[in-house]
Parts: sequence; C-alpha cells; structure tokens
Amino acid sequence: MALRTLYDKIWDEHIVAQRDGEPALLYIDLHLAHEVTSPQAFDGLRTRGLKVRRPDRTIATIDHSIPTTDRSLPITDPIAAKQIEQLRTNCREFGVPLCGPGSGHQGVVHVFSPELGLVQPGMTLVCGDSHTATHGAFGVLAFGIGTSQVEMVLATQCLLQKRSRNMKVEVTGRLRPGVTAKDIILALIAKIGVGGGTGAVIEYGGEAIRSLSMEGRMTISNMTIEAGARSGLIAPDEVTFEYLKGRRFAPQGADWDAAVAKWKTLVSDEGAHFDEIVTLDGSALEPMITFGTNPAMGIPVTAAIPDPANLSGVEREGLIKALEYMGMEGGKPILGRPVDVVFVGSCTNGRIEDLRDAASILKGRKVNPKVRTLIVPGSEVVKKEAEAEGLDRIFVEAGAEWREPGCSMCLAMNGDMIQPGETCVATSNRNFEGRQGPGGRTLLASPLTAAASAVAGTVADPRSFA
Amino acid sequence: MNPFTPFESPIAVLPVDNIDTDQIIPARFLKTTTKEGLGKAVFSDWRYDAAGQPRPDFALNQGVARGAQVLVAGDNFGCGSSREHAPWALTDFGFRAVVSTSFADIFFGNALKNGLLPIKVSPEVHAKLVGQGSGAEVKVDLEAQTLTLADGTAIEFPVDPFSKRCMLMGVDELGYLQQFESEIARFEGGRTAPYDTRSVL
Repeated sequence: MALRTLYDKIWDEHIVAQRDGEPALLYIDLHLAHEVTSPQAFDGLRTRGLKVRRPDRTIATIDHSIPTTDRSLPITDPIAAKQIEQLRTNCREFGVPLCGPGSGHQGVVHVFSPELGLVQPGMTLVCGDSHTATHGAFGVLAFGIGTSQVEMVLATQCLLQKRSRNMKVEVTGRLRPGVTAKDIILALIAKIGVGGGTGAVIEYGGEAIRSLSMEGRMTISNMTIEAGARSGLIAPDEVTFEYLKGRRFAPQGADWDAAVAKWKTLVSDEGAHFDEIVTLDGSALEPMITFGTNPAMGIPVTAAIPDPANLSGVEREGLIKALEYMGMEGGKPILGRPVDVVFVGSCTNGRIEDLRDAASILKGRKVNPKVRTLIVPGSEVVKKEAEAEGLDRIFVEAGAEWREPGCSMCLAMNGDMIQPGETCVATSNRNFEGRQGPGGRTLLASPLTAAASAVAGTVADPRSFA
Repeated sequence: MNPFTPFESPIAVLPVDNIDTDQIIPARFLKTTTKEGLGKAVFSDWRYDAAGQPRPDFALNQGVARGAQVLVAGDNFGCGSSREHAPWALTDFGFRAVVSTSFADIFFGNALKNGLLPIKVSPEVHAKLVGQGSGAEVKVDLEAQTLTLADGTAIEFPVDPFSKRCMLMGVDELGYLQQFESEIARFEGGRTAPYDTRSVL
C-alpha cells in the first residue's frame, strides 16, 4: 500500500463516493454552527423543504454577536438580538442542540467543542468559520466553509471536495522562556506569507510542537488559515489522549482503549510524500508581534519595524500602505510604542492556559491607567475554571475588565470595539484594517506580550516582567 | 443561481494585494439574516469616510468604474474569514467576475457557488489590465473560458469542469449531492456514530 500522510488517511476514510472528473463526496463527522453564518442556510432548507440529516452530529452555540457584558440584561443591539433569536428558532425547529448562555457550555465555537470532548482524532469537522482549522490540533481534518456549504452539510452531512496538497511544517528545538505557541505561528506566517499555504493542508511536527499542551497546539492550528491553508493537523499523542480522557463525549471504558488504539495509527507513514516542507528553529524564536495590516507582517518584539526603503515594487507599496494605516515608521523599534487597548481572548488565545499566562504577568501589578484592558474567557467553562483559580480577581485587581464569553473584540461585531486611531495589542488572529473597529490598529501578540503591554502602557517584551 | 452567460463590461481596478474579507464586507454588517442588500456595504471602510461620505480617491467611487461588472484586484484576493457575505456583497453591488493573480481558497469556492466568477490570470495579463485602468472594456465567456481584452486579445483562464458546468447551468451543488442519497446512507450504515450531540442538553 502506498505511504500516506495523516491527511491522506483521514481523507480516504471519509470518501462516500467520487465520479470520474468530479469532486469527491467527503463525509462530515461533526458540524459546528453559530448565529452568523447559519441563518441563510436554515432558510435554504426551509425553501427546499429539507430537514437536518444528522442533528446528532451537529451542535450550535452563540459567540460572534453576543455582548460580553452582564448576561442578565437584554441585548441592546436589535439586529444582533434578532440574529441570536433566529438561531434559537432554527435550532428548535430543526432539532439541533444549542449551547446558549447559561447552559454551562456557551462559548466561542472553537473553544466550547473541544472542552466537551466532541473533537476526537481522525474525524472530519466543519463550521461556517475559517478558524475551524483549530481542531486540527487533535489530528482532525477541520476546515472553514461558507454558508452554502453549511446548508449542504445540514442537508446531506457531506461536502464536495478536492484533495489538497500536503505540506509539512517542522518546528525544531525547545522554546525559550517567554516564547509561546502564538509566537511560533506568528513567526511561521511571517516566514511563508498569508498565501504560503494556499491549496494545502499543513501537518505540524517537531519537538517544539510535541512539547506544547493541547491549548498551545490549538493556537497553532487555529491560525493556519492566516497562512492561507485550510487545515493544520497535529498527529495525536499522549498529550491528546490525556486531554480527552474523561471528557463528557469522550469514549469510556473498553471503548476508550479501542479508540486510543485506533488513534495511535493516525500518523503520517514514515517516508510519506509531502509536496512542501518548511522548517522553523523553535529554539531561536522570540516573542513576536505584528506591525502591519495582515498577520504575515510580524517581527520579534525587539526588532525594528521594516523599512520600505529596503523593498521594491508591490511589496514596497504594500508596506508603505500598511505603515501609513498603522501610523508607524519603518526602521523604528516597535517596543515602547504607545498602546490604548489590550484584548486577551478569542478562539486563538481565550483558553485557560492563555488566561493563566496573562495572569502570571498581571498578578500584583496594575494595568497602565490609560490602557483599557479586556479579558474575555473563551467559554463558560473557561470562565468558571479561571474563577475557581482566582484569576478573575487578579485581573480585576490589576484594573482589567473581566467579561462574559464570546468572540468580542476579535472582530468587533458585538459592540466591543476600539476607536479610530487607537492601537490595540490583541491575542486574536487578524490585524486587518478595521478588524477591531473602523480606523482601529491591531497588533497581534501572545497573552504574555499583551499583558506586559497592558502594564507598560506601550508595546513591551514579556521577558522583562519575568 | 442564474445561468452564467457571456457579457461585456468595463473593469474596475483595485490593484491592492491581500484584500481580505473584512475589507470586502466588515464584520459589523454580518448581523443580517438574509443574503440581500449587502452591496451598499461592500468595501464600506474604503468607500466612505467616518462621516459616511464617499471617498473620491477610492476606485469604485470614480465615474470610470461606474457599471463595472468585473473587478480587477491584487494577489491573494479574499483572504481571511469564510464569510459568504463577501461574494453576496460583491454580486449585490453588481460584480459578476473578479480578476486576480490568485485567490484565497474559501473565497474562491464561495464565489463559484454564488455566480461570481473568479478569473485567475498571469502577472503579465494582470499588469496589462491594471495599466489600462478602470473603464477599459473586457468580455467574459465562461463556456470558452476566455477573458477578452479591449485590444481583442483573448486570454484563457482555468476553471474546474464541475464548477463550470454548475455555473453555466445555474444549478447548485446541493442538488448534485442529493443524488447520492443511497451512497450516503450506505456509508453511514457502515459506521457507528461516536456520540449523539443532543445528549448535551
């Protein structure tokens, strides 16, 4: 039998049918839904008179539009309220389980589902959200889809797909103190570019990846889409099994042993072909931060902002445009640059370990009074866990706002936004123009760097707060 | 989706690389529960200033781009989020094709499913179109897979046969998928579901 990559194996296992010259029918094991990209899909089902084929393989939550303020108050934005109500109606009508606020599980769609143990190695998983790549951390073929495809999966549990190319990213060595999973992925995207993974499924490996917790691995897989790749897989290992064991939907007893035995086969065969291999020296990495308007515009926090004078052609024009938008000057250091807002949260860095990182810096310190600092847990589970550990008190005593779970200021559609011209150090995933509010400027960084910058009131190196 | 027919149109040129879906349609417009009416918000933060007035220097606000059904944009068009609101907004505004040297995967698929033809051209052809500027006439023929420039040069572009057939016929993929009901049922019969998500409640 031909040598296969992990991606090849999951792909082969899920092909329902394929006619000559036509795309394959890929079976979907788990479909996650949320309020923003599903309403038109449910409407489509109504128009066609269809039902949800597998409500038992579908689960929904509310995350993008929901306010992160006091949940006992009504939602003041009538359009957001209507969208959320529409999801409730759709879930009721079509029999789809919904983990709404107060259920104990509500959260960012990519945070709440692994917590429940729903995401298991070898599965195929989709959601109408590009950061679905997150679940690749479990050795799951997970990718974001558009609303037309949401409708297709609701109706048939299948998608029409073409095979992607195989790309391997090897991160060698051990990370130094102050350097985290976020810094690995920002360094990788800076290296290969926002289109570097287009048409590919990435498999991550190497000592630096193996040494990461599941939370760290999810941060890596999550931002795979920012390099243009649809999915970013990490072969399951003991860290994965340890995370899953005992979770609500994880197999139990004899089923567990059988599942683990199967999951252990989910590795790329020795010598399997990769179309492209990229290597990154993890031991040489420093805390990273972005300076521009796409996630590939990242530099070590101690480095100077790139100077357009050193570039030519469209690259130079692109850099000039980005620096102008960001109000930055090439050649100057990014350290010390004033910060107005700090946001810790999102599907990239809204998990318990991320909050622990932020708390490790904020403990016994105060946020600079001119910096508005929002700490938004990724889910109700994360919130409860953080409060049990006393992290909420550390945040509040430091002068930060401790919020309810949701996507919040990552994409600024729920009212949490920054003002024109403001600079925000954010632990989220996109620094596009206006992403956090029209005219707003986003610097992407790890929770450590974000918390350090909140204290300093300027872009700061977390290693000086150790 | 209507069948995709050949058409002639002036182009609108927006030669910026890595145009992300947050620029095409900012997230605050995604609270809608329908597909219609998003054209007025397409490129909102580039089209309008803080006071809501059109920015005269923005390509789509210029007279020569009026009525353009073909957008010529920079490399890696449509990167970022999976929001299908991006092609909905572009088609609602009046575009039927986008020309670039490359497209982000999810956007590419979403466009094809909404009657918006992504046309991938070489950097040379792209440079020529950008050089001609907004208002230059082109002809788009999906059947022949050609983009014909103002000087009569016909450029061939790639499109996978399946998507081409769907677009030409105006049929969507869901109808195609439904033909496989017995295969899907057989596939499901051979697998045990790992759990029932509904037990969460």
